[in-house]
Amino acid sequence: MKSLKTLKVLSRYRRHRFAAPVLLLFALFTLGTTFSVANENAKTSVNTFDRSALIEEGKQIFQRGCASCHGINAEGGDIAPSLIGVGAASVDFQVATGRMPMADMGVQAGRKTPVYNAHETALLALYVASLAPGPAIPGDELLNYERDGSIAEGGELFRTNCAMCHNFAAQGGALSQGKYAPTLMGVDARHIYESMTTGPQSMPVFSDKTITPAEKLSIIKWIKSAESQPSLGGAALGRVGPVTEGLLSWVLGLGLLIGVAVWLAAKAR
Amino acid sequence: MSEESKELAAISNPGLPPHVHRQADSDPKAEKKAERQVAILFTLSSLGTLLLIYSYTFMSKDLFFFFPVLGNTNAKQFGIGMGLAISLFFIGAAAIHWAKTLMPDNEVVIQRHEFRSPDNERKDFIATVKEGAAAAALGRRSLIKRSMGASLGLLAVSPILFLRDLGPLPGKELEKTSWKAGTRLVTDPGDRPIKPADLEVGAVAQVLPELSHGKERHLSDIAKDAVLLIRIRPEEFQLDAERMAMTHEGIIAFSKICTHMGCAVALYEQQTKHLLCPCHQSTFDVTRAAKVIFGPSARPLPQLAIALDSEGYLVAQKPFSEPVGPSFWERNSQ
Amino acid sequence: MSARERIAGSVANYVDERTGAAAWMKKNLTKIFPDHWSFLLGEVVLYSFIILLLSGTFLTFWFDPSQREVIYNGSYEPLEGLKMSAAYASTLHISFEIRGGLLMRQIHHWAALIFMSAMVAHLLRVFFTGAFRKPREFNWIIGVILLTLGIVEGFIGYSLPDDLLSGTGVRIAHAIILALPVVGTYLAFFIFGGAFPGELFIPRIFTAHVLILPALFLALITVHLMLVWYQKHTQYPGPGRTEKNVVGYPLMPVYMAKAGGFFFIVFGVTAFLSAVASINPIWLYGPYTPGQITAGSQPDWYMGWLDGLVRMSPPWETYVLGHTISWNILIPGLIIPGIMFTGMALYPFIESWITGDKREHHLLDRPRNAANRTAIGAMALTFTLIALINGGNDIIATHFSLSINQIMWFSRIGIILLPPLAFVITKRICISLQRADRQLVLHGRETGRLVRLPHGEFVEIHEPISPEKKWLLTQHEQDIPLTLEATDARGVRRPGGLKNKLRKRMSAANAEAAPKVTAQDLKEIEHH
Repeated sequence: MKSLKTLKVLSRYRRHRFAAPVLLLFALFTLGTTFSVANENAKTSVNTFDRSALIEEGKQIFQRGCASCHGINAEGGDIAPSLIGVGAASVDFQVATGRMPMADMGVQAGRKTPVYNAHETALLALYVASLAPGPAIPGDELLNYERDGSIAEGGELFRTNCAMCHNFAAQGGALSQGKYAPTLMGVDARHIYESMTTGPQSMPVFSDKTITPAEKLSIIKWIKSAESQPSLGGAALGRVGPVTEGLLSWVLGLGLLIGVAVWLAAKAR
Repeated sequence: MSEESKELAAISNPGLPPHVHRQADSDPKAEKKAERQVAILFTLSSLGTLLLIYSYTFMSKDLFFFFPVLGNTNAKQFGIGMGLAISLFFIGAAAIHWAKTLMPDNEVVIQRHEFRSPDNERKDFIATVKEGAAAAALGRRSLIKRSMGASLGLLAVSPILFLRDLGPLPGKELEKTSWKAGTRLVTDPGDRPIKPADLEVGAVAQVLPELSHGKERHLSDIAKDAVLLIRIRPEEFQLDAERMAMTHEGIIAFSKICTHMGCAVALYEQQTKHLLCPCHQSTFDVTRAAKVIFGPSARPLPQLAIALDSEGYLVAQKPFSEPVGPSFWERNSQ
Repeated sequence: MSARERIAGSVANYVDERTGAAAWMKKNLTKIFPDHWSFLLGEVVLYSFIILLLSGTFLTFWFDPSQREVIYNGSYEPLEGLKMSAAYASTLHISFEIRGGLLMRQIHHWAALIFMSAMVAHLLRVFFTGAFRKPREFNWIIGVILLTLGIVEGFIGYSLPDDLLSGTGVRIAHAIILALPVVGTYLAFFIFGGAFPGELFIPRIFTAHVLILPALFLALITVHLMLVWYQKHTQYPGPGRTEKNVVGYPLMPVYMAKAGGFFFIVFGVTAFLSAVASINPIWLYGPYTPGQITAGSQPDWYMGWLDGLVRMSPPWETYVLGHTISWNILIPGLIIPGIMFTGMALYPFIESWITGDKREHHLLDRPRNAANRTAIGAMALTFTLIALINGGNDIIATHFSLSINQIMWFSRIGIILLPPLAFVITKRICISLQRADRQLVLHGRETGRLVRLPHGEFVEIHEPISPEKKWLLTQHEQDIPLTLEATDARGVRRPGGLKNKLRKRMSAANAEAAPKVTAQDLKEIEHH
């Protein structure tokens, strides 16, 4: 019989010096192809537009990467808040900026390289949004700040509502107990919008009635213009105000002058 | 009184060390070299001035170029500034280099003279003053002395009167704000009235009193009227019944003007429910009626009692029950 | 005689016939100035002052010191159409529409910062070298007044543009005035012409900034310089220098060239800073309104220590008979600075009281030889530095990922514990340095060369130091503790018991030092 013949061959060469490497290669090959084939199956299933399947996928990702802190059903616990009702916008903001999953249990989750790609983030958002109604991810049509925003109005709104935490030039500022409001430089317009509607961590929520969507776009337009605006008088020194200016006046100003003074009073060769 | 050591000084002043000549003093080639160096420095300065004139007159205002460390720099501003800096600096460098290398650097010694006037001149001075005083004879003429004293004294003090109209008396100005019973809370900026549904839990709104028809809002009004509206879950409050009655469905309003030194307390930390003033870091706990929990402020932020009007908009129930903002002498803070 | 000499001669003759100038010009042109780089710090202050006058005058040609509300329609788009004061709008105009305007604004502000830092450096130099002793006490007091005026002038200067950051500072100043017992509210309403912010504050501080204070500065600086001129500058000790002479270079031509050149250097460095570093970008701060504020609200550095003191203050207020006294403002904002500056001004008299020294001093002290004074200076510096650091605690927190609460506690405790610690450490270091000097004189410089003696011992060769160096290390005078016996020879009690006890203790502490090398010591060494 064929199987008997195979078994004979296998048993004859089972102690061959190449047996182990060959087996290893075989195992790796099998594992690899099985995995990619299985993944392929997963990918192809996304392309079938089945919302409940997408939500289920998101739930899988959630339970692998988020449930340990946020609870099996996103109900929250001692170390992480409930995500029921936070909406897709919260998830998109937190996950796409890399804040979640949180790397270490510090005072605050900071922006870092995202762990999940755009596709996975979308799935997570879909899942969390399915738990209860919450702020939605703003579509591109809602984010056309160039067309719909006004820089000057945005500046006024920013200074009234944002500068006290994020500083006058959106460079970031200190909160209590080591928390901080981060810099807004290099942040996607969508994420700025989402942060205003979802109020992540220490940031409060800015409801659409108190700051209308058009006003939010003006704020974003102002932030973008501040970001692209070159420093008009020279090096910006961090755009944090008198602290760095005073430091420079001592180090570079007086320092240079003392250097010249030493030269002046020294005897020439 | 401290005394000089009575013993012979251990080491005596060896006097000025012998003069060391510079290269340019003895070597004509070094002298010429120094001259050239000074000339080069002056020339560099002139080049700087040319850069200044060129940048000011011809360079476009909108030209930017990238410079390491400085980033995108405005060329005109940079050109004028560096031109001026170079032109000034090298004149100075040239003059100093000239003095150091070519001008005589022999140290000169001169003697100090005593400040104290010689005794005979002092005697003369005293005599002169005494004579003069005797001539005026103020000591004897007490009528003159007293009347002069009174007139000079009065005149010296009275000009302070001219300062009276520098400003009005404070009166009750510090104790009132524009908030009255029924004044609507409106957004800042935007002047839109607010309904409770407009605020989500965790939301904050910058708020001002609604302007009565035809009136203008001045900065002096904002300096007292600015209010912060915060919404939390009602069960998170730790307030007594009186203070709870001043809230509405978890919405609470505080004066935004810090009770320490008047900065805008606008930093709201949503998770801890703390308000932080960025000036001196006074921290206020919203759940306990803005009680001070850290920092130099001694008093909580005054709470504005809010309610709904007939159309469902948030209004003030009554004016603030205490003056807002920093403390002052006449403030009864008990 | 050349043509040039003839013309010069007739001009000089013309002037001299009307003023008698030749005699005093001759005297002053040959005046001798000792040379040391640390003597140039005062010059940096003086030249910065001149730069401030020049750049400031330029700015007044366009600045509108009015709080009248205008709508912006200049070239800076992010502020287009916004309401602001004319002061703010005119500052924007200077920054964006006037060629060289932004540069001049920056020169003015950088010059102000260098003015203040050079003043502090100059003060430290004068303090640590003991140049404030008789006959220069009065000049020292003028200096302390100039420092105080400088702080005020700088503050109202950067408040003129009426931007969000400086306006916040004005709000805080207003609160300090309000906090004054009895007269606070009246003073505040008079100064501001009504409630805060009113419309009269900017025009009034403009007058103070441009007219009143510069006039005071000019008068005080003139007296300050005339005293230096007349009393002649102090000099560092060294070979050939005594209390009774001045060793240096004549005004003409050396000092004219060096000092004149240094003016251009200072101006050039200030202009360089202004070309490459942005300062006070008011267009980013926005116009002032009391409803807005920025994270990281600080005054300029020379007031940063005041802000730091206010930040770390405990929340003390007392309520008496329907009145409020804000100790949390009065103590850090007025009382502590008042004590510091009064103590600073009176220091020459305090020191001469402790040492009992009433003689003139024209030779400077090497700081190590005045251990007590140096330690006091280190203590004061530590105090001010901790306050200064706390003034920037939120900027430090964001940049170094720290907690402002922790920095605050560090400052609260540190400002009490660290200054005395600094005193002790500094004094010990000074006395150690004195001992090191003593070793140098007695044993010479260690050359690092080892020699093996015939009987096997290794010795390091010490090279005797030069007579000039020996003189430098031993020329100083050492204070002797005052002997203020409680009773005199006939048993009569000396009046002022407690004061004298204190004086005795302090003078003993002050006199602690490594003993100077005596002739006896040298003799003993010879027998080695």
